[in-house]
Amino acid sequence: MIRLEKINKSFGRLRVLRDVSLEVQRGEVVCVIGPSGAGKSTLLRCINHLEGIDSGTIYIEGTPVYRFTRDGRPMVDPDHRIEELRSQVGMVFQSFNLFPHFTALENIMMAPIHVRRESRDDVRRRALALLVKVGLSDKVHAYPHELSGGQQQRVAIARALAMQPKAMLFDEVTSALDPELIGEVLRVMRQLAAEGMTMVVVTHEMGFARDVADRVIFMADGVVVEEGSPQQMFSAPKNDRTRQFLQSILERNAELGDEAATPPSEPRP
Amino acid sequence: MKGIWALFDFRGVPEYLPDLLKGAAITIEMTFTVMAISLVLGLIVALARVTRLRPVRAAATFYVEVMRGTPCLLQLFYIYFVLPAFGIRLAAFTAGVIGLTVNYAAYMSEVYRAGIQAVAKGQLEAAQALGMSRSLMMRLIILPQAIRIIVPPLGNHFISLFKDTSLASIVTVKELIFAGQIIAATNFQYFTIFTLIGAIYLMISYPGSLGVQYLERRMKIGYRPRRGAAPAGGPTRGAPQGAVS
Ligand SMILES: Nc1ncnc2c1ncn2[C@@H]1O[C@H](COP(=O)(O)OP(=O)(O)OP(=O)(O)O)[C@@H](O)[C@H]1O
Ligand SMILES: [Mg+2]
Repeated sequence: MIRLEKINKSFGRLRVLRDVSLEVQRGEVVCVIGPSGAGKSTLLRCINHLEGIDSGTIYIEGTPVYRFTRDGRPMVDPDHRIEELRSQVGMVFQSFNLFPHFTALENIMMAPIHVRRESRDDVRRRALALLVKVGLSDKVHAYPHELSGGQQQRVAIARALAMQPKAMLFDEVTSALDPELIGEVLRVMRQLAAEGMTMVVVTHEMGFARDVADRVIFMADGVVVEEGSPQQMFSAPKNDRTRQFLQSILERNAELGDEAATPPSEPRP
Repeated sequence: MKGIWALFDFRGVPEYLPDLLKGAAITIEMTFTVMAISLVLGLIVALARVTRLRPVRAAATFYVEVMRGTPCLLQLFYIYFVLPAFGIRLAAFTAGVIGLTVNYAAYMSEVYRAGIQAVAKGQLEAAQALGMSRSLMMRLIILPQAIRIIVPPLGNHFISLFKDTSLASIVTVKELIFAGQIIAATNFQYFTIFTLIGAIYLMISYPGSLGVQYLERRMKIGYRPRRGAAPAGGPTRGAPQGAVS
């Protein structure tokens, strides 16, 4: 479904991805975890070419996103298919990025109508069904600024789904949300996974990774340090860095848990 | 108070007022003509400045820098007095319009560009990730959002342009100022005539600047539900279906 071979990517002198290879099967849910700056976002962004790569190959359903010139430099989008490829891979961002001048429904309908040139009636029907699916059937005509963060993120998921993508990329989609809104977004993602969507999920939600992932990948400093099933990764990580990272996450979650235990009437620090 | 009024000399006003009003009409006509053309030209230049084609971008940047870095007066001189040497002879009004337009288009393009660049990067990424082409993105996502940033400064440019049309008097366009000068040169009522001209400018520009202030306030308000949008409620048609396949 998605195959990355020896991807390298630098920003100036900073090597952000080093020889990263990754294969995601159809219907598989892969969670990517790792410390800040590991290159997780960059990896996702490279998959649908929001970011160009320096070397390596990316295939989406067997179609290469790049072809290389003779001197080995990647030729971006040789067949002018990048837009088509992108539209087959949905992406959801940490910061929602809904279009503020369109309603929830319009946000969802925009791309299928203008990119795929599908009929407005079909798209509308599908968009309304998607809003039902993400639990927002009462917010059809709401503008993004009238929605909570969790609601906006659910619209963003519906917007990506409206293109009927073959795979979905999620980049820390709950990190910008208040704790009480995280659940509603994760619920939609769980449902999606249960329906067999191919998903690559960058997340700090270890509970989600444990329950939903078929495979967990731990990245640090631009390399895939370790990968395995969630059971193996969370209970018996082989690598020291993985262990340290999971430990630090556990401690942080414990702290957050204490904080969440304070009465809601108290202002948060 | 009486002293001030003694300076005015309203004799002869009925005779020259039509000439003044004609001048005002030319000023207004010129303002709208220049504004209309430079709104379009400015957008083209702005788009040229954010394109991926390097030569186009360089040419547009060069154009803007030259126009902003030299006085409008000089540009007018060039068009009216230098171009004839190359066989291009323009009527005064045309020369004035062209001179002001090339200048204002450069400024407008900067306003557009600032607006385009002020649209959050995440918006572009979201649009790209949905498979939108650059032109689609520009039309559906960027320009509609940039408009709210652009409109107030464009309004202010509109008002300065209205006043700057007086520069065209230098190439013999008989707009308001030049019309006044001609009259004053014959009857020497400088105080009355120039005060009158000032009043005419104000009568037009003051409502204009009130309009711009109104627009500024409007643009600050968030995106509102459109009138006529169906009230919030469940969708009435479309059986829920697994849109994910
Ligand atoms: N556009 C950019 N230009 C320069 N450096 C960048 C750019 N984007 C990312 N980086 C750098 O690349 C490194 C990896 O960034 P990336 O966003 O992929 O990390 P991440 O694993 O997603 O981290 P986080 O958990 O904080 O989101 C970081 O050091 C970051 O500063
Ligand atoms: Mg990131």
